[in-house]
Amino acid sequence: MSASSSSAHTVSPDPRSDSVAPPADIDASCRVPVMVLLACAAVWLVVASVFGLIASLKFHAPNLLADCPWLTYGRVQPAQMNALIYGFAAQAGLGIALWMIARLGRTLLVQPGYIVVGALLWNVGVKLGVFGILLGDTTGCEWLEMPGYASPILFAAYAIIGIPALLTFHHRREPTLYVSQWFLLAALFWFPWIYSTANLLLVFFPVRGVLQAVVDWWYVNNLSQIWLGFIGLAAIFYFLPKLTARPLYSNYLAILAFWTLALFGGWGGIHSGAPVPAWMPSLSTVFTVLTAIPLIAITINLDRTFTGAMAKLKESLPLKFVVFGAVAYVLAGALAIVSAFPQFSQITHFTLFTPARTQLFLYGFFAMTMAGAIYHVVPLLIQNEWPSARLVRAHFALATLGLVFYVGSLSVGGILQGLALNHPEVPFAGALNRALVCFRVGTLGDLLMTAGNVCLALNLAWLLARCCRACCVPAMMAAVKPQVAEAAR
Amino acid sequence: MNHSPLIFLGVFFALALSWFGLVFEPQLQLGNAQPTTNLVNLGQLYPQMPPGQARQGLDVYRSLGCAACHSQQIGQTGRTYDVALTDAGTNRSAVVDTLLKVKPDATAIEAQRLLEKPPATILKDVTRAAADAAVAKFEPTGAKVEVRVIPTGPDIARGWGKRRSVAEDFLFDQPVMLGSQRIGPDLADVGSRLPVANWHLLHLYNPQIVVSKSVMPPYRFLFEKRKIGREPSPDALKLAGKFAPESGCEIVPTDEARQLVAYLLGLRADTVIFETPMTVATANVSTNAPAATNAPAAPPTNSVAK
Ligand code: HEC
Repeated sequence: MSASSSSAHTVSPDPRSDSVAPPADIDASCRVPVMVLLACAAVWLVVASVFGLIASLKFHAPNLLADCPWLTYGRVQPAQMNALIYGFAAQAGLGIALWMIARLGRTLLVQPGYIVVGALLWNVGVKLGVFGILLGDTTGCEWLEMPGYASPILFAAYAIIGIPALLTFHHRREPTLYVSQWFLLAALFWFPWIYSTANLLLVFFPVRGVLQAVVDWWYVNNLSQIWLGFIGLAAIFYFLPKLTARPLYSNYLAILAFWTLALFGGWGGIHSGAPVPAWMPSLSTVFTVLTAIPLIAITINLDRTFTGAMAKLKESLPLKFVVFGAVAYVLAGALAIVSAFPQFSQITHFTLFTPARTQLFLYGFFAMTMAGAIYHVVPLLIQNEWPSARLVRAHFALATLGLVFYVGSLSVGGILQGLALNHPEVPFAGALNRALVCFRVGTLGDLLMTAGNVCLALNLAWLLARCCRACCVPAMMAAVKPQVAEAAR
Repeated sequence: MNHSPLIFLGVFFALALSWFGLVFEPQLQLGNAQPTTNLVNLGQLYPQMPPGQARQGLDVYRSLGCAACHSQQIGQTGRTYDVALTDAGTNRSAVVDTLLKVKPDATAIEAQRLLEKPPATILKDVTRAAADAAVAKFEPTGAKVEVRVIPTGPDIARGWGKRRSVAEDFLFDQPVMLGSQRIGPDLADVGSRLPVANWHLLHLYNPQIVVSKSVMPPYRFLFEKRKIGREPSPDALKLAGKFAPESGCEIVPTDEARQLVAYLLGLRADTVIFETPMTVATANVSTNAPAATNAPAAPPTNSVAK
């Protein structure tokens, strides 16, 4: 190992130099901050899976852990979502985004030290927030359950990470912009806007009555479609051409997708029949249907880029994850459009179909894409191969299988449940039982996905431990006992 | 050469459109919403600020995350109309003639009988136009007929509520928890469906006491187990069989449990307001209460001993 991990703090970009930075230097500048973000993300992914498993098991045995108030279903379930979104998705997304911004701009990451501080602060915030939820301090607003004492910390941490990201973008050496940069820049800007809006209007100065629900729906939709969606798409548009070694089919189509998605993507999420003035669900439906335009553009673009690169799928494990993520994105998008129609949502709204869609998007699209990116980027960052390719393969197999089980059984269960709920002569218990059978099958999916996530975390821990042993132990030895180190050499 | 400021502005504008549409504009429309007139009890406004205990109960509901399984929004797919005769007047033969015209399948004897005990439903489940036409036919006879508006839809037929939920119902909720799952029944109108506090206490202590095989989690930690003092507490839950605590102990609800139940009992979405026209059953129309004609006799899940 040539560069020790602490050297990342000492490299700082020189704004006056016009030369592009070599990839190895860029990776070195990203090493510590991105690795901190990714490692924490992997831990949160496992934590979220465990919460999810507990929540899922409660439908097999309602008495399980029932006497412990902070593990009651109504707390574990939001704790799982928040750990997944803010703990895993946000950190993995930011880590990969920072690396892509530096690489695409051909410049060194600015202020890596601040980013490390920001990442640690972010983790403090998420920990506080998840504990708050378990203790019963939830705000009661979906996807924004973290109490008011955690959200300002998250906001500050985001600023500490986001500003160096923007500065890195600003100092880029490569003047032509690639579409991934557009997506990343928009996502970076949009998060503080939606997060502060939602927190101010729901937690600190709550608006009146049902407006809260409208703001919350808007926030959830923007967080998933714009923030996570854009970061994930940026990664897909970056890694798919890169890992297949083929150029993007059409830059023009990608830009079209970007603009139409920015215009139409933020409006969804208000279901027909909600107790709000009728124009809101109608508007929401119209715009969600319009997202068919970017969805088709993205599908064509990625499909044309990928055709003929089937053979690469066998060689590259990261590519498998990214392709899976792309397919899940298209599927989730199509389901979102179908679900926007009142005739369909009348059946599926309020049923297990909704969590099935959410899981397909969050896990199938976002987490899988990020996993692919992690498997590609981490070896570059720490200049070391993954200790076990078998664990990577196991992760892919387990995650795919688990997702198919989970999403498949929950969608079927949701539709059965919805059909029954729409027939008042079927008693409620009957409707629920149909869904519960499928839900319990879904637990198997939860179990498999958890196992897959553990594979990722284990592999990463193993890799870090190996690097630590390779570079830190000799350094420590040298510090403690210079003569021993001398002798060892 | 460097277009990024322009691009940035454009992107920001594109994204901010949804903010204007779904955050700013609704705030203009609903931000100052005030309670409206209660159409049945005209002197009263709707909604009323719930009493303190129920407001504390809302906090318990939020804190325990009941909304993860329960929605609080009743859907309505349409309306249907009934026509009822409230006063036959004096010109009986003309009324009977008209009745036979309006309701061709009725015999004269049936028509006579309908006149005897007003109010009586003459037409059921018809369109607005048909109802209005019938009313017009009765006008010259001097009989009094009224059109009843009945909300319809699966949720209403299930007995979860009498009309759809509207924005006004949530004016004083903080936070508003509409919920997005129906693993359990909708609770928007649970207070009128299950009005007995003791039922709720037992159900919260262990749902399987009242609904065998329920998958709702038990909330035993909202109750206190203690040694029976000189005499049993009047508040102690009456538990039998496998649910009973060991002898010498009793289970009493904590303040939180009481607050939560007060909140649940206060959950009622049955006030008639301008936005949701419907005809409510008043005491003197008990035999033909529209709600009773439309909903199954007992809502499916509360067919348990109270
Ligand atoms: C894991 C999901 C779940 C959670 C969490 C949950 N419930 Fe339930 N709830 C159910 C199910 C399922 C039923 C139907 C079976 C029954 O009545 O027990 C139900 C029924 C009810 C009923 C009876 C409604 C009716 O019409 O019969 C009430 C009242 C109720 N729940 C209140 C609550 C409260 C209050 C909380 C929070 C402290 C809560 N529930 C949390 C699943 C849940």
